[in-house]
Amino acid sequence: MPTRRHFLGLLSLAALSGCAAPTAQQAAAPKNGGRLRAAFAGGGAKEVLDPHLANLFVEAARSKALFDKLADLGADVSAQPRLAEKWEPDATLTKWRITLRDTKFHNGQPVRAEDVLASYARILDPNRAFRAKSSLSLIDLAASRAVDARTVEFALKRPFIEFPNALAAFGAYIVPAGAEDFAHPVGSGPFSFVSFEPGKSVLLKKNPDYWEGAPHLDELEFVIANEESARANALLGGQVQYAHDLTPTTARSHTDGRIAIHRSPNSAVQAFAMKLDRPPFDNRDLREAMFLLADRQQLVESVLAGSGQVANDLFGKGYQYYADDIPQRTRDLDKAKFLIRKAGAEGLTVKLDTSTAAAGMVEAATVFADQVKGSGLTIEVVTGNKDSYWSDTLKNGSLSSFRSGAMPIETHIAQRLLTDSGTNVTKWARPEFDELYRKAVSTVDPAERAGVYREMQRSLHAEGGYLMWGFADWIVGAAPNVGGISTAPANTLDWARFDKVWLG
Amino acid sequence: MTRYALRRLAIGLVQVLAVVTAVFLLVQALPGDAAVALAGDNPDPRRIEEIRSAMGLDRPALERFGAWLGGLVRGDLGVSLVSGRPVVEFLTDGLGPTLVLAVLALVLLVPLSVLLGVVAALREGGVVDRVLTTVTVGLHSIPEFALAVVLIAVFGVQLRWLPPTAVGADLLAQPQVLVLPLVVLLARPVCSVSRLVRAGMVEALASDHVRHARRLGISERRVRFAHALPNAVAPAVQQLARTTDWLLGGVIVVEAVFVIPGLGTILVDAVAGRDLPVVQGLAVVFAVTTVLVNLVADLIGFRLAPRSAVVA
Repeated sequence: MPTRRHFLGLLSLAALSGCAAPTAQQAAAPKNGGRLRAAFAGGGAKEVLDPHLANLFVEAARSKALFDKLADLGADVSAQPRLAEKWEPDATLTKWRITLRDTKFHNGQPVRAEDVLASYARILDPNRAFRAKSSLSLIDLAASRAVDARTVEFALKRPFIEFPNALAAFGAYIVPAGAEDFAHPVGSGPFSFVSFEPGKSVLLKKNPDYWEGAPHLDELEFVIANEESARANALLGGQVQYAHDLTPTTARSHTDGRIAIHRSPNSAVQAFAMKLDRPPFDNRDLREAMFLLADRQQLVESVLAGSGQVANDLFGKGYQYYADDIPQRTRDLDKAKFLIRKAGAEGLTVKLDTSTAAAGMVEAATVFADQVKGSGLTIEVVTGNKDSYWSDTLKNGSLSSFRSGAMPIETHIAQRLLTDSGTNVTKWARPEFDELYRKAVSTVDPAERAGVYREMQRSLHAEGGYLMWGFADWIVGAAPNVGGISTAPANTLDWARFDKVWLG
Repeated sequence: MTRYALRRLAIGLVQVLAVVTAVFLLVQALPGDAAVALAGDNPDPRRIEEIRSAMGLDRPALERFGAWLGGLVRGDLGVSLVSGRPVVEFLTDGLGPTLVLAVLALVLLVPLSVLLGVVAALREGGVVDRVLTTVTVGLHSIPEFALAVVLIAVFGVQLRWLPPTAVGADLLAQPQVLVLPLVVLLARPVCSVSRLVRAGMVEALASDHVRHARRLGISERRVRFAHALPNAVAPAVQQLARTTDWLLGGVIVVEAVFVIPGLGTILVDAVAGRDLPVVQGLAVVFAVTTVLVNLVADLIGFRLAPRSAVVA
């Protein structure tokens, strides 16, 4: 599969680069009407419309069109009120009063506090495994209640100032109480359901009563094309007007105005993860040597084909609380050599686990292995199975490729960097760091809280296990007459947000 | 002949069972299971355990296989681990597009390749024969995806004569989306089958019984089409059976390049998702098809040229 995919991409590129440039009609003022067809990679016939099961980008985009969450992530990846009009914690930060917007589901029923509680109860069902479960698990559901039809009071198990991040969690959508059959999903989102053929197409129509204003489009159709080249070709052939997730090479070869390329910076971080609980990277000097060996600019140029920017071993560039005052690391071969000698690691060969589970990971591993040559260390790239890669590297090996989409910095820390985090791939386990996290999420004053986050990021930057080398742009292609496409990071509110898009 | 057919059917049943068991064991041998694949880049071990128990994957493999086989006997292929939809629905969803492609390809393939083969054989050594030989050998050496990509780039994207993909299209309502996939599907089998027809025809025309028929004063036309052709087509039927398997196998590359959501696409997705009931269901369909198609081919071959079938 990977080799074929790769080969197809290269061939289509070679064949298409000679395209003639027709006159590009620029999308001007918003206009109403029309059907937009959007091509996404999908999961085939196993796809579902249950928003709590959403896992793939296409499922997230469809859920967003059909349903609402109480909150979602803004352009700086901080939680913004959505279905929740406002939220107020009490002084202990363990009781949160949430006022719902006055709005309706597609079947005309109002969205009530009861629906919110039922949706969260469904996600938290101990016998099921919905993705948002871990984010919502700090809610004490038994002690939470509906104050009135539009007011919910959540009781939390511990003080948590970042509770809105949980409300914005991936998959934490609000469905009508009792909803279990999603063959004809009913939500409160900007589009309502028309028809669904698994693995092929989902047709939606505009919800004229949407609380944030009716969408410009009359109809929205999601179609599935797993090959990137097929999405690009369908867009070029006028069969779709929006193609999600294009490669930098495709983007670079279509500067002739036949399609419009939209980039969302800081969407996906690219990294190598070193495990701190085992040799050789339990040695701090060796980790620092690795940080100094990476030629980040070269990695961004070659692996991301220039569609990205260098990272500084920290997650969340441009996001709320990102420590942008820490100096950017650059390559320093001499110092790295010295540190490798000091760590007694000269002549050591380290296996770097990678796979095609995410775009560019194998390429990055190969380029980095090359950059390390001559330092005393040798990196041997091992390509593993892509379907079980993330689970494999969580347990095994000492060095692996890593990537992540956008999420609040707090969520990144909670999921990956606490001693008891479920996906702690670097095995970063420090009681004092856990303590700082607890302090941050119970600190009311924003400036003081930002200070704690900065302290945590300083220690991660100095001796953490993530060698984060770049932030990839997220690239979507659209017909030149499509307007209103945002450049917010992928996975945030404005990404794949079709109620703001129009056909010119 | 009926006994021969029945014996072959019984063997076929054993073959199907063997294939299904082998597929089960192979998927078990793959790293990770459906829970791991579904957890993706969020492989929290606690969550994987929960998914595993929600899917029933914590039961022993043998027990799950037994339950699945029990269902198979009753004609129940089970439900998808990932989506909970019946496997039969997956198969009927995917079978439509694949059948449309396969049937159209076969309907075009048979007359086209017989015609080309016969024409080449009748002009053996002539200009037409040499041109056909050159073109068919050349075309046969181009892999499907390379041909597909070139055709899409030229006719779909550059000239815009034909849709570059079938994304979101209804195949029968918009037949123009089928043109490029069919050309790609036909390119290689037309070459191989017509070469076989040509060789068989050349041999048959030079054979004793054709010479005898000519001596009896039977018209040249009748000699060619009633006496020579059936013998010439017999080996081609075997090749045709293999081609049918290949077509029904989904022609994964063609489906992927042109975005046709057929059985090939379903198989790739199901293997990636370790969705065992779906993989097993597809294995049953492919195995049954292979057995049946080969049986039919052997029976036809038996009718056309009884002597050659004895060997099989």
